[in-house]
Amino acid sequence: MSILVDKNTRLVVQGITGSSGAYHAHGCMEYGTNVVAGVTPGKGGQMFEGKVPVFDTVYEARKQTGCNATMIFVPAPFAADAILEAADAGVELIVCITEGIPVMDMMRAQTVLKEKKSRLIGPNCPGIITPGQCKIGIMPGYIHKPGYIGVISRSGTLTYEAVWQLTQRGYGQSTCIGIGGDPINGTSHLEAVKLFSEDPDTAALILIGEIGGTAEEEAASWIKEHYDRPVVAFIAGATAPPGRRMGHAGAIVSGGKGTAAGKIEALREAGIAVAETPASIGDALIEILKH
Amino acid sequence: MNIHEYQAKQLFERFNVATPKGAPAETPEEAEKIATSLNTSELVVKAQIHAGGRGKGTFTNGFKGGVKLCQTPAQARDLAEKMLGQTLVTHQTGPAGKVVRKVLIAASVDIEREVYFAILMDRASGMPVVVASTEGGVEIEKVAEEHPEKIVREPVHPLLGLQPFQALKLGRELNFEGDQLKAASKLFLNLYKLFVSLDCSMVEINPLVVTDKGEVLALDAKFNFDDNALYRHEEILQMRDVHEEDPREVEASKFNLNYIGLEGNIACLVNGAGLAMATMDIIKYAGGRPANFLDVGGGASEQQATEAFKILVSDKNVKAILVNIFGGIMRCDVIAQGIINAVKAVSLPVPLVVRLEGTNVALGKKLLEESKLPIEAASDLAEAAKRVVAAAKTG
Repeated sequence: MSILVDKNTRLVVQGITGSSGAYHAHGCMEYGTNVVAGVTPGKGGQMFEGKVPVFDTVYEARKQTGCNATMIFVPAPFAADAILEAADAGVELIVCITEGIPVMDMMRAQTVLKEKKSRLIGPNCPGIITPGQCKIGIMPGYIHKPGYIGVISRSGTLTYEAVWQLTQRGYGQSTCIGIGGDPINGTSHLEAVKLFSEDPDTAALILIGEIGGTAEEEAASWIKEHYDRPVVAFIAGATAPPGRRMGHAGAIVSGGKGTAAGKIEALREAGIAVAETPASIGDALIEILKH
Repeated sequence: MNIHEYQAKQLFERFNVATPKGAPAETPEEAEKIATSLNTSELVVKAQIHAGGRGKGTFTNGFKGGVKLCQTPAQARDLAEKMLGQTLVTHQTGPAGKVVRKVLIAASVDIEREVYFAILMDRASGMPVVVASTEGGVEIEKVAEEHPEKIVREPVHPLLGLQPFQALKLGRELNFEGDQLKAASKLFLNLYKLFVSLDCSMVEINPLVVTDKGEVLALDAKFNFDDNALYRHEEILQMRDVHEEDPREVEASKFNLNYIGLEGNIACLVNGAGLAMATMDIIKYAGGRPANFLDVGGGASEQQATEAFKILVSDKNVKAILVNIFGGIMRCDVIAQGIINAVKAVSLPVPLVVRLEGTNVALGKKLLEESKLPIEAASDLAEAAKRVVAAAKTG
């Protein structure tokens, strides 16, 4: 009852000895994630918290530990290289938390990734969690609860908001994916929806989008044709002024495209319920599930 | 980040993108000197501000037009004197206008034909794309609406870059021939080099002109840079003109806060960009108007929270403040302490509604309570929005 990550996930943390890498590696271990290795160039041979071996390269970490997922905390100037390194080593799932990676770097990395088997989530994302089994990322674990609702989102704290609403009302989550707020990201809304559609235990979806781009519209038109379980969406940024980048590099309305109104219309047209406010996302879904 | 026209010209010169000769002047004397060095009897003097509509604008001293043609260095000097230090009002500046601190003195050209040429990062395909049209000098959005068949799109392979054959193909689409075709395709290739080397998210030449002498020149340009990559372009960072920015945003950027000023009267302070946008939305939904977007980030310090708060309070339009924090990495007690420090430092001129949730929420709430400050605590987001809107109306 999950996608991409579960209790069999073996995680390597790239940038494990940096301050946020160490902090969140600890957080993931505390949650129960099986962290099998860390990578920091030049620190190979050390042990993280006395129990996780640190390697110089992902290649070595993969060979020695069989890690099948990575969480990247490498600073932005070097993060695209870290993504390519993980893909080269054959790591199946790459979760890049790092914020602020130059778009040109991501564009090149993405082009190479298309020819690899690895799946990238992020960058600039909170990560992915299958409650009760595996947390890869920076989200607070305790707001989640195992269950049957899939959550897909471009934002971090706004996702926590929605998840918390579900948990407080007794509705658990199968898997929650933060796909990231950058203009070029590894896994789109649409791909995430497709993954959830193959999971028999995900009974309904929450789709959280924001202004900019057309990823939400693409997901909507696929859902209309291929997905018949309940979906509730929320789009942030209805009040954002055009032409300004709203924190996330991807959140910008330009040339009249990527507006909240346009996205909401596309979603509704696909038969998706759109929550009016961020405070009513949970209730909107529960309302549908009751009927 | 935006740059001035004269700065765009400097970037074009650096990458051998053909453009009319010219340089910026800060004084009438300098203007005269540049005009003399240009050695031409067709000159143009252009006010340098970050706003469109300069040619049709009016200075607050009554002088009309921020773009003027002239023939002699002495005339260029006179025009510069009338513009420098004066405030220019255009349809994009708002009634307050913008002070002209520099003028561009350039060789003026006689235009035979205008086309449109832009390179931008296409997020849907994840690669750069060239957008070109024979309809130059007008807004491309309008062309796209009325004559979509007149817009050419050419995707560029991210690892190969724009290839010479593509530049020729584009040149032909834009009806260039003979020597002009060669000049145009060279310009396109050099512009692509510039686009990649400087981490642009968009470079738009509008118009790209053919002069009466048959030259192909980039006349006016708009640049968008990828903020994420500015760290590796010190020379672009140097081009920032803080005079052209909202002072509230300049102050916020000093503390690495993500702030965008808006017109409303309810200030908000939020962690995370998505939640910050959603908070603005819910304020509007509850019947209020947000005064700003403010994302203090995932791991804001106490000091950042304090500085953020000071910026909100300094906005005279603000009638109430909403703090909305969902603590993940950010601890609620840290943000609570930051608010308390700020309120103590600047006093609280307007009502403050705080909604805390997430990591260390109990500790954060306790700190706020014990501070005995006039802070309204809200238990969830919907209630917080309702209360802050009510407070702004009575306040």
